[in-house]
Amino acid sequence: MSDATECLLRLHDEHHALEDYQSGVPRWCSGCGDNAILTAVQRLCRDEDLRPEKTVFVSGIGCSSRLPHYMNTYGLHSLHGRALPIAEGIRMARPDLAVFVNTGDGDCCSIGAAHWIHAIRYNMNLTVMLHDNQIYGLTKKQASPTSPIGTRSNTTPHGSYLEALQPLQVTLGVQNVSFVAQAVDWIPETLYDILRAAHRHRGFSFVRILQRCPEWLPKMFEPYIQDPLRVRLLHHERGLSISPGLGKIYRNQLEHDPRDLSAAREVASGHDPIPVGILYHNPDVPCYEDLRQSGPARSPEHIRAGLEAEFDKFTIWPHAVPATAAPDAG
Amino acid sequence: MNDAVTIEPERRTGASQPVVLAEHIVEIISDSGEGAQRCGQAFGAIAARMGNGVWTVEIIPAEIRPPARSTAGASGNRIRLGAGRITNGGGQTDLTVAFNEQVLLGRVHAGDLKPGCTILLESMWREDRDPAIAASYVQVHDRLVAAGYDVREIPMERECHKLVADARRGKNMFALGMLCRIYSLDLELAREQIALAFGKKDKSVVTQNVALLEAGFDWTQRNLDLRFSIPASPVTEPQIVVNGNTALALGVLASGMEVCAMYPITPATSASHYLSDVFEKVGGLVHQAEDEIAACAFAIGASYAGKCTVTITSGPGYSLKQEAIGLAVMGEIPLVVVNVQRGGPSTGQPTKVEQGDLLTTMFGSHGDAPKVVIAPSTIEECFYSIITARKLAEAFGMVVVVLSDASLATSQQPFPRPTFDAAWLAAPADQSRVPPGMRPYDWDEITGLSRRFIPGQPGGMHTLTGLAHDRASKVAYDSDSNEQSIHARSLKLATLQKTLRPPVVHGDADGDLLVVGWGSTRGAIEEAVDGLRAEGLRVSSLHLSFLQPMQPGLKAIMQRFGQVLTIEANWSDRPDDAMIDADNRRYSALAMLLRARTLIDIDCWSEVKGQPIKPSSIRRVALEKLAAATGEQA
Repeated sequence: MSDATECLLRLHDEHHALEDYQSGVPRWCSGCGDNAILTAVQRLCRDEDLRPEKTVFVSGIGCSSRLPHYMNTYGLHSLHGRALPIAEGIRMARPDLAVFVNTGDGDCCSIGAAHWIHAIRYNMNLTVMLHDNQIYGLTKKQASPTSPIGTRSNTTPHGSYLEALQPLQVTLGVQNVSFVAQAVDWIPETLYDILRAAHRHRGFSFVRILQRCPEWLPKMFEPYIQDPLRVRLLHHERGLSISPGLGKIYRNQLEHDPRDLSAAREVASGHDPIPVGILYHNPDVPCYEDLRQSGPARSPEHIRAGLEAEFDKFTIWPHAVPATAAPDAG
Repeated sequence: MNDAVTIEPERRTGASQPVVLAEHIVEIISDSGEGAQRCGQAFGAIAARMGNGVWTVEIIPAEIRPPARSTAGASGNRIRLGAGRITNGGGQTDLTVAFNEQVLLGRVHAGDLKPGCTILLESMWREDRDPAIAASYVQVHDRLVAAGYDVREIPMERECHKLVADARRGKNMFALGMLCRIYSLDLELAREQIALAFGKKDKSVVTQNVALLEAGFDWTQRNLDLRFSIPASPVTEPQIVVNGNTALALGVLASGMEVCAMYPITPATSASHYLSDVFEKVGGLVHQAEDEIAACAFAIGASYAGKCTVTITSGPGYSLKQEAIGLAVMGEIPLVVVNVQRGGPSTGQPTKVEQGDLLTTMFGSHGDAPKVVIAPSTIEECFYSIITARKLAEAFGMVVVVLSDASLATSQQPFPRPTFDAAWLAAPADQSRVPPGMRPYDWDEITGLSRRFIPGQPGGMHTLTGLAHDRASKVAYDSDSNEQSIHARSLKLATLQKTLRPPVVHGDADGDLLVVGWGSTRGAIEEAVDGLRAEGLRVSSLHLSFLQPMQPGLKAIMQRFGQVLTIEANWSDRPDDAMIDADNRRYSALAMLLRARTLIDIDCWSEVKGQPIKPSSIRRVALEKLAAATGEQA
């Protein structure tokens, strides 16, 4: 058996434990929903057997964006609002890597909103988690675009003035949308199932995760947690199935076909009860990186040939006739 | 040219001997779409093939479809031909071919024509059916004649009609034939050039264009007494003729980079246009991002993942990228940023040249963000600078900014065809296992360098962060880590600087005046200096390719001159303004930097007219400077 074959077989045999994906002790507040997301993500990596060195978590700035620091994979904790274009560059350069994006409601829906719109349209193979706690946390309680109207914050002491932006509706309104789901941090089983489906979708998988901020908005989701009927689980044979245990607690259920975009938009427009599950999934939307793949593999010889062909276009070759010998027809 | 005064149109035989010239500046201008660009390029190429020095500048109207026959609509080329190597656009035009009097007027208003300049003017407008046009033509014609211009009315349209139905689509080749005759260029070479230019099209297109060329040549021979010859030194090597932006794009191909991320902006975009066309043939791609920030972020992502990437922009786009550039500096991600400078601030003069971005590229972003800044000074350097930039970016884990400008972007100058070298290309991304114990920022104490871990490398997992971090890339909460990392990133510039050679002085190593420049002004500065030296004046020049870090030995070089003066196309306060004195004068960018670095009392002269600085202006300034020094001594 050759070394290469052995190596490949070993790769196949390699399995990872949860600890293989853990790095450091999260510095989020206790009770912060980001902890639930981190746990779900680490479990997903283990269950999907993602090689740590082949996995990259990209984030912007904010509480959510600290997540890569707690993953024992590659990570890029970048700039406020710019996680998506950075992740797109990584994806374009390296189709062999699994690329995840962690972003918050300020990061994605405010300062990075332009990139969000275009990322949906590019439909690159990225798994995007919008940690939506409806408030700016790291900068200490300012209203975000997804804060419900009337939210009291340090910049809106008398209550916020505008209706909240609806990330699901926005995403479902953009051309080339291919995967949209909503999860809540307090139902870990569904959060995990949704993230797995998102990861397995080839394209731009957008998962909005309603996430509790115990520090700045401790009561925001309390009514929904207290009353399971105020959460509506989406299920379908092409989407998620609800386990018997979960079904006993969350009896408010809706059969929703994730291939139906109009129905998805209808579901997305409802906020109470909170729809949880896969709203839209279309595996047939082309990915930008596939559209941009140019056929031939690069090699020095290939590049040389291409360059010489270009030089040929612009080359003026020396002329044998001396300058003084211009013909004089007269 | 003894018989020059005896011309009578339609009777000349063309037997006169050509007047030998050292150089001439020729323009050909038309409404856009009439082919003056193609004529000018072909003319320049033929002259270059014969061994003349050539510098071609594109004359581009500011609007996409300017109205026909408008002064702002001139489109064409300006070609400076010389017996020796030509390094810049030079001064005013000696001879111009104009397809209508309005585009000509635009050039006159711009002050681009030499007094008494020869004008070959399409004469069809004199008999135009629209009396307003005919009147306008006569008025402009008479005015130019009265102003002393040597206006020759040429029936180009009429002559072309003898060969083609639509003379508008053939006049440019007729004009090329005229110019070939006037400048004693080889007609056979011109035929070849047409075959090259139209080779992809129907053979009949080539035949027709050659017929028009010959008609122009013959008509001129029979009717005009103008005949010049510019001695040429036969070329022995193949030459490349492209503008600076195409040279940058060719550099991207040659550098082995695979991705260019950009957003449209003038005057940078034509580089990406060309690259979009050819990059995919060698497995690369141009990504047009949704904005400048995304373009830079995309480039950073691709670079981080192991494929050094370039983003190409101009001033306002550069400003937008600044925050992202800071991330690349902080994370030590290699990145090449090309800034094709234009007039600023704000939208400024998008199509005009300025060197106003030097300080912002050096000190931009925020905090201490050391970057490498290099500036090509010729079209050839536009090509090689990108290869250098990619290598430096990867070797030092740094952002390398290449500062070109609108003048280089739109000028053409032949340079020796590069010989491909596999060493130009980037190595494949390192995917080997990282040895145990190695950390992503194990900064070397002396050089500041560390080995970069690329995703895919087992054992190298870490999170790169824009936060201050320690050697393990962990967020720095202690008091020393931040300073250590700033120290290391700064050291890398010094390490690079230690590898550089001192710049070479153009002219003697000592003297009365040293003129210092950077970027596209090189040709004009050296030409002015050569002229002054030929007159026995003790003037030399120095051109800096590395702006950050600067090459060693600058102070020693400058100390050997009585005075040092920078020439730059960015703003500096005028010492004779009422409000300006030694306490408040703002110096040009390079002068400011050199004063700080050398503690020498360096002066500056600058101009922000949006035009390349002319050798004649530099000559005047240098003479004034020398005279002032003599006055002080007396």
